[in-house]
Amino acid sequence: MTAILTNLFDGVAYGMLLFVLACGLAVTLGLMNFVNLAHGAFAMAGGYVCMVLVNRMGWPFFAALPLAFVSSAAIGIALERTLYRHLYTRSHLDQVLFTIGLTFMSVAAVDYIQGSSRVFINLPAALQGQFDLFGVGIGRYRLMIIVICGLLTIGLQMVLAKTRFGSRLRAAVDDPRAASGLGINVPQVFAFTFAFGCGLAGLGGALSAEILGLDPYFPLKFMIYFLIVVTVGGSSSITGPFLASLLLGIGDVAGKYYVPKMGPFVIYTMMIVILIWRPNGLFGRTAAR
Amino acid sequence: MFERRVFSRAAAVAAIAGLVAVAPAKAADSVKVGLILPMTGGQASTGKQIENAIKLYMQQKGDTVAGKKVEIIVKDDAAIPDKTKTAAQELIVNDKVNFIAGFGVTPAALAAAPLATQAKIPEVVMAAGTSIITERSPYIVRTSFTLAQSSTIIGDWAVKNGIKKVATLTSDYAPGNDALNFFKQHFTAGGGEVVEEVKVPLQNPDFAPFLQRMKDAKPDAIFVFVPAGQGGNFMKQYAERGLDKAGIKVIGPGDVTDDDLLNNMGDAVLGTVTAHLYSAAHPSQMNKDFVAAYKKAFGNRPGFMAVSGYDGIHLIYEALKKTGGDTNGDNLIEAMKGQKWESPRGPISIDPETRDIVQNIYIRKVEKVDGELYNVEFATFEAVKDLGKTKK
Repeated sequence: MTAILTNLFDGVAYGMLLFVLACGLAVTLGLMNFVNLAHGAFAMAGGYVCMVLVNRMGWPFFAALPLAFVSSAAIGIALERTLYRHLYTRSHLDQVLFTIGLTFMSVAAVDYIQGSSRVFINLPAALQGQFDLFGVGIGRYRLMIIVICGLLTIGLQMVLAKTRFGSRLRAAVDDPRAASGLGINVPQVFAFTFAFGCGLAGLGGALSAEILGLDPYFPLKFMIYFLIVVTVGGSSSITGPFLASLLLGIGDVAGKYYVPKMGPFVIYTMMIVILIWRPNGLFGRTAAR
Repeated sequence: MFERRVFSRAAAVAAIAGLVAVAPAKAADSVKVGLILPMTGGQASTGKQIENAIKLYMQQKGDTVAGKKVEIIVKDDAAIPDKTKTAAQELIVNDKVNFIAGFGVTPAALAAAPLATQAKIPEVVMAAGTSIITERSPYIVRTSFTLAQSSTIIGDWAVKNGIKKVATLTSDYAPGNDALNFFKQHFTAGGGEVVEEVKVPLQNPDFAPFLQRMKDAKPDAIFVFVPAGQGGNFMKQYAERGLDKAGIKVIGPGDVTDDDLLNNMGDAVLGTVTAHLYSAAHPSQMNKDFVAAYKKAFGNRPGFMAVSGYDGIHLIYEALKKTGGDTNGDNLIEAMKGQKWESPRGPISIDPETRDIVQNIYIRKVEKVDGELYNVEFATFEAVKDLGKTKK
């Protein structure tokens, strides 16, 4: 029984982490209809910023996390203004070629600046180790991930559903032409959303260094996971990717624990089954465009 | 940026200014070594260490041996066998090299083997560690190690030191399977029991579920082999999950506590016992000098890959000395067989029958020395041959 609960806990933490990493992609791919394969590069940037601040400049871990968000968002907005916006109207193939090129450049750049070996972020002692709760092993770091990511998810959902910006964004996505006719500055809304998604990826990158490992190949290694989350979750809201992340996280951990020989296949099998059942993802709607 | 010719030029000017000034080396007076290494990609740290060590050796010993100027041509294969093959072909056909050397991973070393045989030039393997490699061409010599060497030794040691039940966690690829099989053979022959056997995918993001399974199996120790870069992640999660507090030790070949990364792994790694060929803390004067010179030149500690590169270029120098500068491949291989020397890792030799390395395997425990983490050697198995050859 306790083994099941420990696995559930690990699975939720892993899923939450996937969600923060991938939800920016859900926004660009799902809402803005832009294929951004370079998403992982923003996550890596956040991770490395956090590492440099904490390890080299002695910042406390919790102070460096927001900066990981801010710096990735800043890189995101700079690239959006200079490069990405020219590609919004181009074909998906152009977008894929462009962003995959960007990914390779980011890999080479980080390799050149920081070296190719894996880096770790020095964690405060309070976040290390595990404690027992009624016999269930709870990792402190994973608990922190669940708390941070849980709050973020609630916040995001509130912003999208309740605020003026949220309704503008939804309007801009549903019908860009009508929205700009109503005086909504569509490019600005998209730019802001894009930057926010990149920022979230940066935060996710910083959080995941401890669990997934951070090296210059991060964007390539985890690209497939991000894409799985978005395809399985569908892209009509952020609830879809959120539930998909949880499902995949728990499924992955449980699969590796109970059938280690099949471990790596579980996540892909789940994706195939779900997509056969619902080709537009769990919460997808039939494409309007 | 991948092709850097004659990187020792600066050193050469300083070291043998006189010779160079008299006459620039003619083609016939030079010996070319084609170095094929992963300088980019996930194995890049291997390539960089070997390249650094060779630079260092040539700075220390000069770049002329037996009247010939040694020229190094570096090619990057990113550890992809197809690229290795192309690089080897270019080096042999266009550059007319006298040696090919390096090889970060087993598939790369195997890809070049038929070319070495055809061109009749020595292939000096400085990293890859699967046993079969030297059987694939009579022109292959190895100065690194085989996984059988360290895995059998740690199996024997564990069973004699009160470890009865072991769970294994190994990466699912050729070297991982080599490590697992040789360990299991020796550990169970001595009366030990393997209670849990998990092969993790090579690209494995999260060890958590596998480690939880290990913890629930309650073994005395976990036998671990993961590629050097993943060792840190493994050790962190091992501690996070409290396996250290549950009294489960970590044992394995020394890749998991590679000197290259060890110091960043945190105190969780303290007490890990591994069997390996080299530790930067090896207490010989020669090693102390080697470590100091390497640190001074490149700013970090040499690992076992660096020492394999250092010994590889030494072997090339010694072979040339013995043949008096003759670059006939068969004569060079003959000259390499049975070479014996003192390396920073301790006394080593080349087995004249298998052309594989014979070396001491040390049992080491991770301890803190002057505030840094080191593998401290406490037992030595002398002159270990490769036990993994299929032809016995």
